[in-house]
Amino acid sequence: MPEHEINPNRWIDKYSDYLFNYTITRVNDREMAQDLVQDTFFAGLKSMKNFKGEASERTWLVSILKRKIIDHYRRINSKKGKAEVRISYNSDAESEGDWLEERVADPFDKTAEDNLENSELGLAIHDCIDKLPEKQATVFKMKTLLGYETEAICNELNITPSNLWVIIHRARTMMAECLKKNWLE
Amino acid sequence: MKKSNKIFIPCEEANHNCDKSQYNEATLWEKIKLNIHLLYCRVCREYSKNNSKLTKIMKRKEVEIMPSSEKNSLKKAFQKELANHK
Repeated sequence: MPEHEINPNRWIDKYSDYLFNYTITRVNDREMAQDLVQDTFFAGLKSMKNFKGEASERTWLVSILKRKIIDHYRRINSKKGKAEVRISYNSDAESEGDWLEERVADPFDKTAEDNLENSELGLAIHDCIDKLPEKQATVFKMKTLLGYETEAICNELNITPSNLWVIIHRARTMMAECLKKNWLE
Repeated sequence: MKKSNKIFIPCEEANHNCDKSQYNEATLWEKIKLNIHLLYCRVCREYSKNNSKLTKIMKRKEVEIMPSSEKNSLKKAFQKELANHK
């Protein structure tokens, strides 16, 4: 019985910020990061059948993203005319170029990454946001990261200001608790 | 949330004022009442301290979020792709 299930319908809402944050610290170019994240989601869709459920969806998507980032650096490297390392990922030459989408399986480190505490602040924060109930996560993000006005959030989500502040309070309490050990001390 | 005109406020209101001040939405009077409360309430002082720290780290530049417009166009493109996989 697989521990984790795969359901691409919610991928963008659930993982795009985390993956974006992961990418931007590694490629330092917003547009490129955007493209790589999109590529990752598409590749994930293509290789969904290989998902065995041993790692969480996110870990699995990150493992695809890692390859995408490596690919990205290989690409700029070869553009510069530097030596390009060709690695053959499988013996049959026909599927060359397709190695990633068709072949990505569960990562070797399985759930290790799920349990590991993130050493990057951006990722640690998204980790904690992901642990919040959905409504709290939405409101907290809008208010804190997107900087929306209280009134704008209330209108969009159809809640009263006092609702909003109760939600914010719960979210902030949980966020502080979640980040406490590694980031707030 | 009920408001009192008294100088001494309950913890609940103190925390509410503290949350508001994290987004610069607390009035001067609310901030004064909060600070008076913090003088004698250790629990709220602890909450306040962590709350400000949270605000500070949320503002660090490593904390990125995908811009909404980009996210929406990604969503659209992804939905299209998803339909092909059904």
